[in-house]
Amino acid sequence: MPGKLKVKIVAGRHLPVMDRASDLTDAFVEVKFGNTTFKTDVYLKSLNPQWNSEWFKFEVDDEDLQDEPLQITVLDHDTYSANDAIGKVYIDIDPLLYSEAATVISGWFPIYDTIHGIRGEINVVVKVDLFNDLNRFRQSSCGVKFFCTTSIPKCYRAVIIHGFVEELVVNEDPEYQWIDRIRTPRASNEARQRLISLMSGELQRKIGLKVLEMRGNAVVGYLQCFDLEGESGLVVRAIGTACTLDKLSSPAAFLPACNSPSKEMKESPLVHPPSHGCRSTHNSPIHTATGSRLTQNFSVSVPTLIYTGMGSGSAGKEGGPFKALLRQQTQSALEQREFPFFTLTAFPPGFLVHVGGVVSARSVKLLDRIHNPDEPETRDAWWAEIRQEIKSHAKALGCHAVVGYSESTSICEEVCILSASGTAAVLNPRFLQDGTVEGCLEQRLEENLPVGCGFCHIPYDELNMPFPAHLTYCYNCRKQKVPDVLFTTVDLPTDATVIGKGCLIQARLCRLKKKAQAEANATAISNLLPFMEYEVHTQLMNKLKLKGMNALFGLRIQITVGENMLMGLASATGVYLAALPTPGGIQIAGKTPNDGSYEQHISHMQKKINDTIAKNKELYEINPPEISEEIIGSPIPEPRQRSRLLRSQSESSDEVTELDLSHGKKDAFVLEIDDTDAMEDVHSLLTDVPPPSGFYSCNTEIMPGINNWTSEIQMFTSVRVIRLSSLNLTNQALNKNFNDLCENLLKSLYFKLRSMIPCCLCHVNFTVSLPEDELIQVTVTAVAITFDKNQALQTTKTHVEKSLQRASTDNEELLQFPLELCSDSLPSHPFPPAKATSVDYSSFADRCSSWIELIKLKAQTIRRGSIKTTVTVEKASPMGEGNFRNRSAPPCANSTVGVVKMTPLSFIPGAKITKYLGIINMFFIRETTSLREEGGVSGFLHAFIAEVFAMVRAHVAALGGNAVVSYIMKQCVFMENPNKNQAQCLINVSGDAVVFVRESELEVVSTQQPTANCQPSCTGGEVTT
Amino acid sequence: MTSELDIFVGNTTLIDEDVYRLWLDGYSVSDAVSLRVRSGILEQTGATAAVLQSDTMDHYRTFHMLERLLHAPPKLLHQLIFQIPPSRQALLIERYYAFDEAFVREVLGKKLSKGTKKDLDDISTKTGITLKSCRRQFDNFKRVFKVVEEMRGSLVDNIQQHFLLSDRLARDYAAIVFFANNRFETGKKKLQYLSFGDFAFCAELMIQNWTLGAVDSQVADMDVDLDKEFLQDLKELKMLVADKDLLDLHKSLVCTALRGKLGVFSEMEANFKNLSRGLVNVAAKLTHNKDVRDLFVDLVEKFVEPCRSDHWPLNDVRLFLNQYSASVHSLDGFRHQALWDRYMGTLRGCLLRLYHD
Repeated sequence: MPGKLKVKIVAGRHLPVMDRASDLTDAFVEVKFGNTTFKTDVYLKSLNPQWNSEWFKFEVDDEDLQDEPLQITVLDHDTYSANDAIGKVYIDIDPLLYSEAATVISGWFPIYDTIHGIRGEINVVVKVDLFNDLNRFRQSSCGVKFFCTTSIPKCYRAVIIHGFVEELVVNEDPEYQWIDRIRTPRASNEARQRLISLMSGELQRKIGLKVLEMRGNAVVGYLQCFDLEGESGLVVRAIGTACTLDKLSSPAAFLPACNSPSKEMKESPLVHPPSHGCRSTHNSPIHTATGSRLTQNFSVSVPTLIYTGMGSGSAGKEGGPFKALLRQQTQSALEQREFPFFTLTAFPPGFLVHVGGVVSARSVKLLDRIHNPDEPETRDAWWAEIRQEIKSHAKALGCHAVVGYSESTSICEEVCILSASGTAAVLNPRFLQDGTVEGCLEQRLEENLPVGCGFCHIPYDELNMPFPAHLTYCYNCRKQKVPDVLFTTVDLPTDATVIGKGCLIQARLCRLKKKAQAEANATAISNLLPFMEYEVHTQLMNKLKLKGMNALFGLRIQITVGENMLMGLASATGVYLAALPTPGGIQIAGKTPNDGSYEQHISHMQKKINDTIAKNKELYEINPPEISEEIIGSPIPEPRQRSRLLRSQSESSDEVTELDLSHGKKDAFVLEIDDTDAMEDVHSLLTDVPPPSGFYSCNTEIMPGINNWTSEIQMFTSVRVIRLSSLNLTNQALNKNFNDLCENLLKSLYFKLRSMIPCCLCHVNFTVSLPEDELIQVTVTAVAITFDKNQALQTTKTHVEKSLQRASTDNEELLQFPLELCSDSLPSHPFPPAKATSVDYSSFADRCSSWIELIKLKAQTIRRGSIKTTVTVEKASPMGEGNFRNRSAPPCANSTVGVVKMTPLSFIPGAKITKYLGIINMFFIRETTSLREEGGVSGFLHAFIAEVFAMVRAHVAALGGNAVVSYIMKQCVFMENPNKNQAQCLINVSGDAVVFVRESELEVVSTQQPTANCQPSCTGGEVTT
Repeated sequence: MTSELDIFVGNTTLIDEDVYRLWLDGYSVSDAVSLRVRSGILEQTGATAAVLQSDTMDHYRTFHMLERLLHAPPKLLHQLIFQIPPSRQALLIERYYAFDEAFVREVLGKKLSKGTKKDLDDISTKTGITLKSCRRQFDNFKRVFKVVEEMRGSLVDNIQQHFLLSDRLARDYAAIVFFANNRFETGKKKLQYLSFGDFAFCAELMIQNWTLGAVDSQVADMDVDLDKEFLQDLKELKMLVADKDLLDLHKSLVCTALRGKLGVFSEMEANFKNLSRGLVNVAAKLTHNKDVRDLFVDLVEKFVEPCRSDHWPLNDVRLFLNQYSASVHSLDGFRHQALWDRYMGTLRGCLLRLYHD
């Protein structure tokens, strides 16, 4: 008996009237866990019963603790007939199973009924006593922490990032079992909710086991999804990134880890016993190195050259020895893994070395009934196949890893499109292996590069490129080659130098498809997919040019399949990376040059496009500094379009076609208007209206170019469904409808949130589904964050200076802590590689220029003092105002319900997250048979989403938290039957429950609890052993 | 392309004050949209009519969902479904319970029953307030009335506690409840010149001095019902006018004190007996429910109108009433000084408030 679960039912309030005669209710509660049920006494005739029950104790295996939810049912006692259920509360007790998270769940939970919605609240207290389990072959994985956040959680430090974990469980969908014909909709819904809750518990436990096997203690970027395959079953699948995390002693302490190298040395071998051969070679010379000189430090990394012989050797011959070395290190670290994938989208500094580009794979499958739920091999095999493909695409880009990795499905009847995408990248091996460098993630570990451009440099072989591309020397460092455009699925690295602001860029596309059955249908879809990918890509590229930008971050392409159409929606955040070349304009060319009026029309359009580009440049403050060509000595070549998107689709895995999206030799900046289609395209380019002034939007965590957030946030979900007129639907009409739908939705959001101006919509997440033949549903979740406008103006005015400052401060960091750097003995060092390797392969001129760079940087460092003071003054003012704003607002204490913030971001502006309380993963079904009475479809769904928010907030509050970060609505499946006056909706949400403290209050807190700071460093060790 | 479904749900419930006002005023969505268009919001924000329509619908839906909670404001504070900052909650409640002057004047003193509810159509036509808004206001009056009707303790406190209204609004509701309970006539033509504020002022004075609560703070209905015993006792005042000597003495005392101080002295002197009879007879009649209802009609007929026809300035009225009440203390043959003060103290305040054009 490794665990005792204790539950106490305190009271209820606002219960519904269950007895019409007395207008009161005789309520009692059933508490169920596994197969054990307890009951409270009946509290007669009250809508606010006070049960004050004893502690109900369940003695259970920790395996069950992880899988099973606690089920609380509130009923109305009836002497003569069956007791009526009022509603239920499911409580996931997982957060009570890790040592650092919540210790008690206590609070008011909404009582939920799948037919009536929320019906009053119940006050419950839940505790768990865990006994130490010495069984090594246990099936549970208690203690592994889960985070939805796709970056290293704020109050933790990544010791090691182990890599990809995935798992999948399948079952029959209760909705499709024979018994469903005879049971009530309520019973059916509850069976489904319970099953999914069980399945996700099991899935999480299994993933946890895998993490323990990898010697990790946490899963970051955990993404769990449901595939409602209808007749063929229910699939719950999850992916994540296994890590070993260490709790930071205090939020303020970022550097101390580097100051105690001796301690680290002693501890690391103990905590992480050598498991890979490579580890010791890294370790021994480093930790014995006592000297702390730059040169010496470089020399200690020489032993790592051993790897040169071990790697594949095929890649990176031309990249210089260092690059090859790095690649091979990474490779050796990653080759131990089946899939070198990372679900993270933001990384510790220095983790991401190079970015290759977006890799994606799709596959069309026909669903068949899952015969044996215990053997989910088919689905596993499907995903394995797709992942293999992603891996090979990444290889083709000269990369060994994929970051910002995600998977999704779209199902319509028996056809299923599986999609996976990510960003091919070269990673720094230090973070991937055991024990090499403990802590010190904060230190910058670039190769021979100045800051902010390293990740842009191409990882692949210049002479042997996987696709036609146009390369130039990096506009930042002038040393390495960069592509002209960069697409990625990750967030903008924090050290990237960006000019101006970013913006949300969307490509939207519909394609009609004939209705068909089974194989014919799958074939039709497979045939359409490449064209859709191509067009989506072209649209993205054109819109990016139109904005005058050169890189996309957070790219997410969603392809949705319906009965008679396919929809493609790509969202990304466009930015201007200083390291990449200036994008050229867009040229329009007509096919019929003789026609005078046509010519005129063309030139008119051209003018409009040029104006738009100019306007956008002004709007997004893109004014890159003029660079005289002589510095690099190489002419800036005419930019040409180049695709970084490698994709393929396969049907039943027997055929893999690769599509070259690079438009062959055609210059991509020329749009040829040869038919009405193309005309439409150009028009649609110009119809995208920029957000009203004071508004910005992006789909990444934060808006590039805005860094002065104030504390006001508003998370929201907006859903729209449109019915297409079925008469003569054409692709164009469809495209226009879809485009209008998205644009109008955005316009509505801007209007609704106008009181928050100046503000930015962050993490704008669009999901498209096609619930029926002529219905298109778009769901948007995002957060609006206010920022300080004055501050924004100041920073933009001085943005050039700022980038200089940035370089200098970064440089300063390097110079300021040389001793710490050396004593910690990094395997590769910031400066020396450039000098050392240049002897081998670079020309004398190159070497000179790198010296010049270095001298320049030093000069800036000398100047930095004065600049830095101005920075601090600037930073101080918005903070002060933020605080003021907080205080002027009425204090929360007045309200009886504590405020719980929700945000899709991993942070809360103006606040520090002090504790992660556990993952929130909830699944709800709501059904109605009185749709009209509940205000029609809008009224029904509005109420349901509000209820879902309420239940999430209540759970967070009961855990002792005051916010949910990395909140995501993963599914919102809505079905209606207005003729029968019925509707049903399924919603799945997740996020991380946290405690945050306003920065203004933080100082007080930290002085109050100095004792709490000593322990956390050892907890990580305890968990792994 | 038609929009089947269109919703926006924020973690913090968005409340647009302007739209709330339109909703409270009972406008339909389409009327509200055209009113918003006329306000120039499209030009200010660059939005389209479709956006405005969607926004208005959305707010209306939210308000509709909130309405159930607004019927019992403490529920709004404790519910979990809508996360609304406290200041906004207060605003929602205060505005929901606010009422139109024109409407309240129509309903004040009437029985808050189904019968009156049927007349709302006419009130709506007469006042130009939408029927929907009339219904809301009427239902608010009735709801507050039902809840506090039989409660112990101070009426204003009870209203404040159960409906979380501001002090000002709670006082107004106390007046409405008090008037509805005692069914004071306020609709007569000669009372039309009086505002709700005038009546509310009188109600407050009467609650403070003439109800059961004024003597005993532990009785049910203490602030709602007039003190029956007190009303019975008021008959004793009749001797002030019935006893001729007493009346003459009273008159001479008042006249002596006010000579040279009143601009309308001669008119006062001529009218003294009539006015005094009027005021005392009003008191003596209050034992009958019918006469209680006509209290304000009587006061206006017997005192306000005669003075007004003689063009008494307000200050003269004040001097007169002060002297009139005070002089009774010097009447040796009169024993009911305390009773007189309880009656006249309140009446003097009311009359001064009622005395205007």
